Amino acid sequence: MTDTNNTAETGHTLSVYVANKPGVLARIAQVFSRRGYNIDSLVVSPSMDGRYSRMTITAKGSADGLDQIMRQVGKLVDVLHCTDHSDEEAVVRELAMVKVMAPADQRAEILQISEHFGCKTVDLTEASLIMLIEGNCGKVDACVNMLKKFKIVEIVRTGKVLMARGQEET
Amino acid sequence: MKDGKMSGAEALVKCLENEDVEYIFGLSGGAALPIFDALVDAKIRLILVRHEQGAVHMADGYARATGKPGVVLVTSGPGATNTMTGLLTAHMDSVPIVVLTGQTITAMLGKDAFQEADVFNTTMPLVKHSYMVRETNTIPRIVREAFHIARSGRPGPVLIDLPKDQSAGAFEGDLYPDMDLPGYRLPDEQPDPADIAAIAEAFSKSRRPVILAGQGVLISGAGEELRALAEKLGAPVTTTLLGKGAFPENHALSLGMLGMHGTAYANKAVVECDLIMSVGSRFDDRIIGQAPQFCRDAVRIHVDVDRGEFGRMIPCDRYCYADARSFLTALLAHVGSLDTADWLEQIEALKKRYPLTYRKRGGLKMQHILTALNERMDDDTIIATDVGQHQMWAAQFCKIDHPRCWLSSGGAGTMGYGFPAAIGAQLGRPNSRVWAVVGDGGFQMTLSELATAAVNKLPVKVIIMNNSYLGMVRQWQTMFYDDRKSGVDLEGNPDFARLAEAYTGARGFTLRRAGDVKRILDRAEEVTDGPCIINAIVEKTDNVFPMIPAGAKLEDMLIREPKKTEKLEKPTGST
Repeated sequence: MTDTNNTAETGHTLSVYVANKPGVLARIAQVFSRRGYNIDSLVVSPSMDGRYSRMTITAKGSADGLDQIMRQVGKLVDVLHCTDHSDEEAVVRELAMVKVMAPADQRAEILQISEHFGCKTVDLTEASLIMLIEGNCGKVDACVNMLKKFKIVEIVRTGKVLMARGQEET
Repeated sequence: MKDGKMSGAEALVKCLENEDVEYIFGLSGGAALPIFDALVDAKIRLILVRHEQGAVHMADGYARATGKPGVVLVTSGPGATNTMTGLLTAHMDSVPIVVLTGQTITAMLGKDAFQEADVFNTTMPLVKHSYMVRETNTIPRIVREAFHIARSGRPGPVLIDLPKDQSAGAFEGDLYPDMDLPGYRLPDEQPDPADIAAIAEAFSKSRRPVILAGQGVLISGAGEELRALAEKLGAPVTTTLLGKGAFPENHALSLGMLGMHGTAYANKAVVECDLIMSVGSRFDDRIIGQAPQFCRDAVRIHVDVDRGEFGRMIPCDRYCYADARSFLTALLAHVGSLDTADWLEQIEALKKRYPLTYRKRGGLKMQHILTALNERMDDDTIIATDVGQHQMWAAQFCKIDHPRCWLSSGGAGTMGYGFPAAIGAQLGRPNSRVWAVVGDGGFQMTLSELATAAVNKLPVKVIIMNNSYLGMVRQWQTMFYDDRKSGVDLEGNPDFARLAEAYTGARGFTLRRAGDVKRILDRAEEVTDGPCIINAIVEKTDNVFPMIPAGAKLEDMLIREPKKTEKLEKPTGST
């Protein structure tokens, strides 16, 4: 085994495969918090095999720092593996709901943007609507940016999930 | 056992017996009542302590001295939180212990019930792993996993939180279940041949190698293999504080301890070496000084059973993920004798030029007592220390030649560790002579265990290096804070010899003069049926050297006391 140096700050997406045991999320969160890393997003759900769960965690930091976090996470008793997918070929998706005020005179333009980004309108009232957008995180950001000139009431994002392409295991 | 049915607590005790547990160190309480009840009929001997911190240090001392996991049993709430210092100590120093904590009944969890504490969550960063029992029938699986995790790989503490309804509940499960640890991995039996080949190649090119042995060598029982390798290569060996005993310190190739208060020749050899190989150490900050400067021109090799340590403190040229013994065995077969004659000559010159020494004038010196102690140590003598000046001098002046004969809190630096650790060691190795070398500050943190030692008639010998100061902190204040003493004067110390005599079965001596050292140590050795305290009134303001100020380079080591006129910068490193 050999080593490389990397201290530049970048965004990382970690996929953590864990045994579905009590406390496993708290233990992982503690590794990040002890080293002063902020978790940007976190998605936890049962895997195909119900005994295990999948966590997708995004965080910013140096590759060196993240490498240490991955080592500490990887050695937790209930963690099967922890992989950094940041630079890999992977399918990345995020879902967001945006609630925006849409009075009659603005509704058409909002719906036009919505259509452009392939959003679904999942709620519509006289005054407002909720758009559902799905795509990679850049697309979600772009759509939210376009909507900023209107009155956005709230935004809820699921956080990023990803899956390795081809035969490779995530 | 009523009606032929077992309770969870009875199943628990059965499982502990299956793990060959001899002793449980504990203090009772409401939430642990079913377990203490089950112990009445058990083969396991309960050692009742006077404070839970003492119980954990005893289990820790037992584990370090014997290699077997130590076991602790305490009640919920404050009983459990009192174990935290001991958990930290064992976690930092990779000591296998299993701590059982009582807990309120499941239905009351999270309701601030009487003596409820969220022990499972609060202790998470202090343990290797932990459990909360949610179903009585899972107790045997959890106990089996706990012992396996505590002792395998890089050992550490495992905590099991047991709600009272689970320990009191009826047990109807399997006493010998399989483990379920899909995420727990250990290194392969054999190290990667590519790593061995590369490390052997690196050694073949080295003319000035140094081997750094850590506690991993002791844990894996690789002392013989290390010695064989060092002798074959002709490579000198230095150890960490916890690695003392991994390589005989009276051996010609021994450099003694490295680091902040290590020997000058160990630190100078490491500065001069062209290759350093750490086996089972984690390049702790007491060792490396200023991380980017540590052996920056040497080939650096790191061998560890815990992959999480690789690159954590310093980047190395080569890592090998392996158990110390399997690694050393494999490497031994792939290396030949090196031409290190010039190097060993250079080291001999360093040893002659910078020997460990002290000023013999003035009052009674700790170093004098420790030299006398060193002279009477046999192959089976165990030294347990507390934390501070006496610990560093003991590390310098007590030469440890055998594994598991040196017990000291390294990573955590826990004051109050030495005396209870000595009690645990004495129970685990009844035929060994056990000395606790402690300071007057640390001893007062766990002296309540005098009762435990006396009741169990344990001939633990405690030397209190009494300078009425928190000496190491006082030393830093003297050196770096213009001698402005703050929070270090222990006025109001009791007469420790009289204090000992207040416990039936304990003996106390006072040592004031250098001329009395031998006589008092002799008298202490004659006490065989209980603990013995030597209150040694030592010089108040002596300072430990050599010293590398925290955060400084090894090159900047102060070999002896600087002149009073020399103004020292405040250290930048942690503590």
